[in-house]
Amino acid sequence: MNNESITTKTPVTSFKTGLKDGLPIGLGYLSVSIAFGVQATMAGIPIFMSVFISMTNLTSAGQLAGLTVIASLGTFLEIILTQLVINARYFLMGISLSQKADKSFSLSHRLMCSAFITDEIFAVASAKPNGFSRRYFYGLVILPYIGWALGTLIGAIAGSVLPLQVTNALGIGLYAMFIAIIIPPSITTRGIFPTVLFAGGISCALYYIPIFAGIPAGIAVIISSIISAVITALIFPVKKEEL
Amino acid sequence: MMELWKMALMILTMAGVTYVIRMIPMVFFRRKIKSNFVQSLFFYIPYAVLSAMTFPFVLYSTGNFWTGLIGTVVALVASTCKRSLLTVAILSAVAVLIFGFII
Repeated sequence: MNNESITTKTPVTSFKTGLKDGLPIGLGYLSVSIAFGVQATMAGIPIFMSVFISMTNLTSAGQLAGLTVIASLGTFLEIILTQLVINARYFLMGISLSQKADKSFSLSHRLMCSAFITDEIFAVASAKPNGFSRRYFYGLVILPYIGWALGTLIGAIAGSVLPLQVTNALGIGLYAMFIAIIIPPSITTRGIFPTVLFAGGISCALYYIPIFAGIPAGIAVIISSIISAVITALIFPVKKEEL
Repeated sequence: MMELWKMALMILTMAGVTYVIRMIPMVFFRRKIKSNFVQSLFFYIPYAVLSAMTFPFVLYSTGNFWTGLIGTVVALVASTCKRSLLTVAILSAVAVLIFGFII
């Protein structure tokens, strides 16, 4: 498939190819969103609201942060600020994708497709050397979207029917996945380990030191992540070819 | 817990902000960001966010600090061994479950 598009220099256009590329992402999302669904139920969110969150947001870290703010009776400002910081990366992904999107992306399709940009969708679509059509993109996003919503439903139901001992154990699932995302690149890529260490350290300090007790949970995440990312961006600037 | 209408409004606010972040570069902004500092910042922020959201909250995610600690250690070891997300999550949850029965 890749060889063919390189030799003909044409964008990937097939809906079916998109579906095929999206299937493994969809299966991955199914398991992550089951973990999210369990979390949401444990935080006291009704099942249909959990599915509503996943169907309108389609982002793991942002949704968990939103859940935290909602569960702690936070404010709209807190919600807006946490989403801006946590999802800022989609902005860069959007810039890259908008250059790979071919002429079939009219304004209305750009408006539509934007909603489905995630880390994994971006990784697959931006790796197409000659770009992609909107038919490919829709094929790519449909299974991950369904997987994300369906997994949330399964997790939310599981969270409300399984015995407490099991749901408590499942409660660690999403955090364990976050650990599995940040640890391997911490070992291989310079700069990521100090970022992870500073962010986790500052977050712990804000949580345990009594004078910081008044800081809302969402704002604490923002403070920790911005301070640590600024420090490491200054000390370990990333070279262009690494991005 | 807050009223359902307020919860729905908060969820829509979340969704709206997230959508606008994704939509602006796709529709309006077609130039690349040239600043190396800004690029580096964008590169590190996702890891920083995930770490800040995980620590120390993972320790309290199971309703018991000690089972949370065991689950965290298992997740750290399994991910150091580069297991997949799902494997790490399952190993960690199983460790919590088993340890929960013991203590």
